[in-house]
Amino acid sequence: MSKKLRVATTSLAGCFGCHMSALDIDERLFTLLNLIEFDRSPLTDIKHCGRCYIGLIEGGVCNAENVHVLREFRKNCKILIAIGSCAITGGLPAQRNHLDLGSCLTEVYLTEPGLAHGYIPNDPELPLPLDKVHPLHEVVKIDYFIPGCPPSGDAIWKFVTDLIAGKTPELGHGLIKYD
Amino acid sequence: MTDTFQLDGATVSFEPCQTVMQAALTAGRYIPHLCYHPEFKPHGSCKLCTIKVGGRTLSACTMPAEAGLQAESNIEELNALRRTLLQMLLVEGNHFCPSCEASGNCQLQATAYELQVMTPHFNQFFPDRPLDGSHPDILLDFNRCILCELCVRASCEMDGKNVFALAGRGITKHLIVNAESGMLRDTDIALEDKAMHVCPVGVILKKGVGFSVPIGARRYDQRPVGAQALDDAPRPAISGSCDACEGKS
Ligand code: SF4
Ligand code: SF4
Ligand code: FES
Repeated sequence: MSKKLRVATTSLAGCFGCHMSALDIDERLFTLLNLIEFDRSPLTDIKHCGRCYIGLIEGGVCNAENVHVLREFRKNCKILIAIGSCAITGGLPAQRNHLDLGSCLTEVYLTEPGLAHGYIPNDPELPLPLDKVHPLHEVVKIDYFIPGCPPSGDAIWKFVTDLIAGKTPELGHGLIKYD
Repeated sequence: MTDTFQLDGATVSFEPCQTVMQAALTAGRYIPHLCYHPEFKPHGSCKLCTIKVGGRTLSACTMPAEAGLQAESNIEELNALRRTLLQMLLVEGNHFCPSCEASGNCQLQATAYELQVMTPHFNQFFPDRPLDGSHPDILLDFNRCILCELCVRASCEMDGKNVFALAGRGITKHLIVNAESGMLRDTDIALEDKAMHVCPVGVILKKGVGFSVPIGARRYDQRPVGAQALDDAPRPAISGSCDACEGKS
């Protein structure tokens, strides 16, 4: 059997819903594992992305660490796929984009009722938030997009297996969705 | 008497005074559209319905059907342009479908599905457009307006009220409410108005009923917009009024 294709996955400013949805391919995961092996992914806990054929990224870019991880994926993955509404449009986290980041932080950590002695977290370990949340394609080149919040397991299966088979992936009615 | 024209190599028959769009839909051939609505005069603004006739591009919703026309619509060149139009509409507003009450019933979304728009492609504008929740029964979410003027037309032509208008030009163009306060509560809009039911996207919303239809049972979950538009096409379509030449015949 030919060598398995390496696949890396990560969640940036996402909720892991797309990863959960990927698990909805259920027992087809075993078929998939005959064709691919995971590099960096929540499933392996590998910390850095090595050379891969496919990188799947859920979530948009909301902080400095997201930018580093995204660039690492772009550098190492032949095909980079944005998966889900947040990766493709900024999604829910981007709903703060028309607000001032400073006033968001002030309201959440200082002025909300019940926040006695509140302070804006400033531990140096915490990645710095970006002024705006960006979809992935505004930061690096993205090769493919799988829309949905999250895309269904069937959509992810169809897309990834089309790709592995060397076909242009296509999602028909019912599989392409934005919600 | 019925004449015919060619659309993507198929013969389409038409009645006098029909537009290419009306004849095509009546004949069971879908041409993507957003600002066209079977009950209203054509508006010709969204350009989704652009077709090619003799190397020139024309709007199918305003173009009178003519015997012998050779029109192309469902070709990659035009579909690529249509995708770009849809992408520009999507990034210009705030279209966060997962939290939109119109999702699944939205013509912009369904048309983007039909044309396989996988990404907004352009940078998002993320405009700041506050909602109008002043009316007890109706919410306006301006973030999703695509400026098709269907609500404006419905309110004027059918409701006789003039509740909505478009103001500004170019990128500053936006929907306004015709009241001194600018608030919907100070208009005579009512739930039964036609203007309440024509918005192709999720701007004019009845309060208290959002998300009542489960995913899977919504309008475009069942059938893609192309099939749905054919069902909605009036047939036989012809009344005394003439949309193509606005009564000048
Ligand atoms: S109006 Fe349509 S495209 Fe816009 S957010 Fe709502 S469902 Fe999505
Ligand atoms: S509110 Fe709806 S119907 Fe009115 S112009 Fe905007 S998109 Fe069209
Ligand atoms: S449908 Fe013809 S221009 Fe909008």
